[in-house]
Parts: sequence; C-alpha cells; structure tokens
Amino acid sequence: MIYFDNSATTKPYKEVLESFIKVSSEYFGNPSSLHGFGGKAERLLMQAREQIAHLLNVKHNEVYFTSGGTESNNLAIKGTALMHRKRGRHIITTGLEHASVKEAMDQLKELGCSISIIAPDKNGIVHAEDIEKEITPETILVSVMHVNNEIGSIQPIKEIGEMLKKHSRVVFHVDNVQGIGKVPLDLYQASVDLCTISAHKFHGLKGNGVLFIRDGLRLSPLLSGGNQEWKMRSGTENVAGIVAMAKALRLTINNMERRLSQILSIKRYIFEEMNKIEGITVHTPEKNSAPHIVNFSIEGFKAEVFVHALGERGIYISTTSACSSKKAAASSTLMAMGIPEKDAKSAVRISLSYDNTMEEAEVFIEAVKENVIRLREVMKS
Amino acid sequence: MINYDRILIRYGEISTKGRNRNMFVDKLRKSIFDVLNEFPGIKIESTRDRMYVVMNGADGREISDRLRGIFGIQSFSPAVKTTKNIEEMKAAALGLFLKHFEEGKTFKITAKRADKSFPLNTDELNHEFGGHLLQNVPGLKVNVKKPDINLQIEVREEAAYLSCETIQGAGGLPAGSSGKAMLMLSGGIDSPVAGYLSMKRGLEIEAVHFHSPPFTSERAKQKVIDLTEKLANIAGTVVLHIVPFTEIQQLIHQQVPSNYTMTATRRLMLRITDEIRNKNDGLAIITGESLGQVASQTLESMFAINDVTATPILRPLITMDKSEIIEIAQSIDTHDISIRPFEDCCTVFVPSSPKTKPKRDKVRRFESFVDFEPLIAKAVEDTEKMVIKPQSRNEESFGELF
Repeated sequence: MIYFDNSATTKPYKEVLESFIKVSSEYFGNPSSLHGFGGKAERLLMQAREQIAHLLNVKHNEVYFTSGGTESNNLAIKGTALMHRKRGRHIITTGLEHASVKEAMDQLKELGCSISIIAPDKNGIVHAEDIEKEITPETILVSVMHVNNEIGSIQPIKEIGEMLKKHSRVVFHVDNVQGIGKVPLDLYQASVDLCTISAHKFHGLKGNGVLFIRDGLRLSPLLSGGNQEWKMRSGTENVAGIVAMAKALRLTINNMERRLSQILSIKRYIFEEMNKIEGITVHTPEKNSAPHIVNFSIEGFKAEVFVHALGERGIYISTTSACSSKKAAASSTLMAMGIPEKDAKSAVRISLSYDNTMEEAEVFIEAVKENVIRLREVMKS
Repeated sequence: MINYDRILIRYGEISTKGRNRNMFVDKLRKSIFDVLNEFPGIKIESTRDRMYVVMNGADGREISDRLRGIFGIQSFSPAVKTTKNIEEMKAAALGLFLKHFEEGKTFKITAKRADKSFPLNTDELNHEFGGHLLQNVPGLKVNVKKPDINLQIEVREEAAYLSCETIQGAGGLPAGSSGKAMLMLSGGIDSPVAGYLSMKRGLEIEAVHFHSPPFTSERAKQKVIDLTEKLANIAGTVVLHIVPFTEIQQLIHQQVPSNYTMTATRRLMLRITDEIRNKNDGLAIITGESLGQVASQTLESMFAINDVTATPILRPLITMDKSEIIEIAQSIDTHDISIRPFEDCCTVFVPSSPKTKPKRDKVRRFESFVDFEPLIAKAVEDTEKMVIKPQSRNEESFGELF
C-alpha cells in the first residue's frame, strides 16, 4: 500500500498507540477525582500539557485540550463572537478555509454577524493588505489558515499578525491543522491569539486537538459542564489520547528536523514529473507551499475516476479535502483561486508524511502515466 | 547563516564586591552550571568581569530562558566569537547583523576595546564597522539615539565578541552567596514568593513542608514538590524537607482550646523548622507572612508565635499587598500551582474563629500540659529529605509514555 492521503489523516505511530493503551489500561482514573489514582491521571495531563507547550514554544496555561480541529476552530470562532458580541459583529476570513471554519462562519452569519471573505490570488495566497482593507471598528476576529489543506499554499501569517498589531482589538485565529510539524510557525512572533491543531494529522489519534489561547485572552466556552480546562472546555479529559498526542507531536517535530529534506525532494520529484506529463496542471504553487501537498488536475478526467483507478493499485490519494470529497461540487479553494470549474472538478491531491519514500513516489508516477494513457484510450473509444 | 556560539554574561552587583568577588563569581558559576546541567555539551568560562556560556550546538532559546531567571546576572547577550582579524570581524558582523535586519530598521554600533593594544580605538571601531554595514546593506540608516539594532563589538585580550541584543537578567546576588536559610513552604501563593525574593538576595534555601496524612493528600505534597521545582529552576537545586506532622497536629487539637490551636500549631511548626535549621547549618527562617493578611499574621500573632525561637525570621512579604504577591507568583510561574485546590497543613485544621490577638502567656500555658519535646524530636528524625532539581519530574516513571 502506498498511502498518499496524509492530509486526510495519518497512521498513528506505534509508540503513540503503546502510550494510549498503557494510559487507558493503567491510568484510567478521572483527573478530577480526589484520590491518588485520579492524581496520577492529573499528573499525566499536566505533563502532556507542559510537553506540548514546550514543543509549540508557548506557556502551559495557553494550551487547551479539545476533541480535534473542528472543535478547536468552532471554539475559537464562536467563542470569540459570543464573547465580543457587544463590541462588534464583523469577522474576516478567507476563501481558502476548511469546512469547520467556513460553516461556523455561515452559522454566525445566520445569527446576525457579517462575514467578509478575502479571495486568494492565483497562487492560493491571501494578502495582509487585502485583509486590512476590510477592517472596520466592528471587526472582532480575523481567521486565516496557515497551510491550505487542498493545495498546500502557505499563508503569510507573520505579515498578517504584524498588520493586526495596529488593530489591537481584533483577535487573530490561525487554523494550523495542516501546518503543524510541516511548516514552522512561531506563534508569539506572528502575534497569533488563537491557534488550532489536531492530533490525527501528525500521527496521533482521532478525537484529540489543541486550541492555543494566548494568555489573557477571553473566550466564551461552548461546552458547559464540569469546568475542566480552566472552564473553557467541560468534559472529562481524554487523558490517554492527550498523552498520545504529546508523544506524537514530539516524534513529528523530531522527524521534521531530520527528514524535512527527504520529503522536500520527494515533492520536487513529483512536481517535475507531473510537469512532464501532457494534460496535467499542477495547482500547488512552487513557492510558498508546504512540503507535503501537491494538487493537480488531469485534463478531461473526473477526479473521482482517477482516485479509484489508483486505488485499484493500492495507491491512496484524494479528490479534494477528505471532509468535502464526497460532495459532487468542485473544490471551493480552487474556485476561489480562479481556476475554471472544469479543471477544479478534475483536481486530485496527494499528501505526504515523513514516512513516505522516494521509491513510493516513483511507483506513483509510473501509475499516473499508465493510467493517463489507459483512461484516455477508454474515453476516446 | 551565522549561529551564536556563546552567551556573554555581565555580572550585576557582584562586580563591586571587592575582595569577596571570587567567591561571588564562583557561586554564580555554580548556579549557572546547575541550572543548565541538562545541556551536557555546554561549557562555562569565567573571567574577572564576564562569564561565557559556550553553547556547542545547544538550544540557544532554551538556555536564554533559563539564564533570565538566575540571580547575579545583570544582563546577557548571545554573541559570536571571532579572531581579532579585522576582515574576519567585519564578515562576522555583517552576517550577524543581517540575521536581525529587516527593511526600514536603523542601527548603531557600540564598540568597546578592553584590549588596548588593538590597532583601532573605540571611535575608529565604530567608524570602520558602521561604514562596512552601510556599504553592504542597502537602505540602512544610522540612529544613535534610538536604534532598532545595537551591534555591540567587544575586543578583548583573547578574542573579539559580537552581539546584537542585550537581554535583561534577574539582577540580585548569586544563589548561596549570602548563606543558608529554611523556607517554610505551605503550598499557598505566598511562601514560594518569599523564597524567591530571599534567593534574589543570594540566600540558599531549604524548604520545609508539613505533611499530615490522611488529612492532607499526596497531591498536596506533590504540589509542594512542583513549587520547589520552580525554585530549583532558579537556584539549580533545592532541598525539600517533608515533616510528618499528623501526630502533633492531633495532639494539639486534643490539648489546646480551639481558638488557640492555630497559634499553637504555628509555634510547633516553627520549633521543628528551627531544629531542622540547626541540623543543616542554616542561619535564618523565611516565611511568607504579610502583615494582617490572616489571623496568624497579625502583629499579636507574630509576637506569640515568634516567642519560641531567637533565630532571625525573615519575612520578605511583610509589607506587600496580596495583589503584589500574586503578580510576582505569576511571573515566577508558581501561582497556578499554588491555586490547585488541595488541603494543606494550614487549611485543613482551621478553627472557625481563631484568635486574631492571641496572648503569648496563654498559649504558653496551654502547651505546658504536654511535653512536646519527644514528639518534635521524632518528627525531625522522621523528616523525609528530597533533593529537587530542575525538571526532575521528567525522570518520573511516566517517561516512556511521552
């Protein structure tokens, strides 16, 4: 099997699963229980929090555990909108965002917020000055993803953060689900107030995520209950998943330091080979894109056909983002970039992890070539 | 790209300490060594008025964070070392400068020439290097009053050092340079702050905590260990004494009228702490008392409690408001640990209406019906001694899970 769909989800590391099993079976206590067994679970939780804070270069009291990227994005966006509803009801986001941002915005719109959506340029990148033009005294939040999940373009988070310093009342949220462990981002340096990450995108388990909330910033919680996570997110903590996430993040960042050049050379190879194949258009920009995502269209094919054709050979790639790939509509990111609907409908994405090899990339390219020829024959006849 | 290969450390007050100076420098060196002992590659070099941490590839940001907390350091600068060859110095200066430069930023050069045999004097150094940067960085402007980047060049006997930033240190005196005292550490907000401020003036502290299982839990004890670890981040190592206190506490409750139990409890804690101090060659006892904050901290209470010893009791927080104390606790990262909601020895047996103005003679009389001496001796004997090091928690059994 060649797994090239790591932006959808990743394979949990073996060591991560071991931690999960050990914590689940030996330290299953509730961290809120008074007894010493609960105390052990609480210590695990604290240690995980400290390790994650350390790896993200932030303070431990800025790390809030959630159930994943979708919840973190919802908490960041709706929590800010609820908290500041008296001050303003205008939010700025981009045309590139993941569904969990986009749909949250749509829901707020129904509740009376106004939403400005910034269009990216043809390379899939938004610009700080375009965002600044939309800022009004009513603006409470700007939400921009770091690495786009469909084409891999990197947004200028540092420049946007710098620009927002002039507008100190605007909260800055960054969805870093695709960027973590792949493209470094210094949250303090970029003046980020809220940042989302999700464990299963870096070889942790599904059901765990983090929302970074800058010290001193206040949000309205969305889940009420037992007041866990400093009252920000009630619900008994998933200690085993959280410990597993802390380990996964450490291993991933380790891998980033050791294997970034390997993944970059695989990406470069795929880029070059793709450009040689007639009828293939690569949508991922060559500059300012993440090391692990390549998005391309094959002229005249529906994306779905191609995904299934490769799937038959045990090569797993994806149409658009996994969350929207079952919908028939063309990718909204590609449409926002001004790519014609016909091309957008034939776009597929491959996404790598640090465990993929050059050999796999070579097999993949061969399979693409063969299928392009084979399928073209079929379409002609 | 140029990487910092050393951090230059400037001494604070110790550079004025005359003949004791070597002792102060040695103490500072020791605390830096202890605090950075997780970084095996690093080396510490000290000269009469400067110290250098040679990084050997260690994480500069992490080391800077740790140095910021160490007392006895006035300021420090990540620096690049070069030979005293002017061309080589220029190349290094430019490389370092470009690392910090962004369009529109202004600069100045601050040169120092400790090595008077160096061919260029201070003014010539400023001129030569300023010119070199202006020639090579398009659009660069000088601003001597408020530069964005201050490139510092120090020419010393052994080499030249270049740096672009000066980071403020914690000031104060190096740990242990003022002698040893015992810190009564309850687990609340105040006592760690009192310990921190004492350390600032060079005291070596050993913490004393009273543990009354099952009335106080393992988590309360863990809390104190975590607090001590925060203090160890500053001093390198802190000894923590855990005194088994259940028996004495129960006896007090049987013998002393309830409105005087608090006063008697404090007196016994002080007696035990004083014994431990004596055993460990300390010369004072530190408490987190702030005047009038709670019943045990009125002047009358202090008078009645202090009665049991002639040892100096240092109260660094005595004139501080709670809000000021909380601010320091937050800055030294102990606040969030202190507010974990577990009963400690101070909260578990609080009577409903403790005397705010206890009489010394009364409490003496109540205590006189019991001979506490053997119990005190036993408590001191059974005291558990722990040596807490920075981040020691990571060595816990959970290691492989992370």
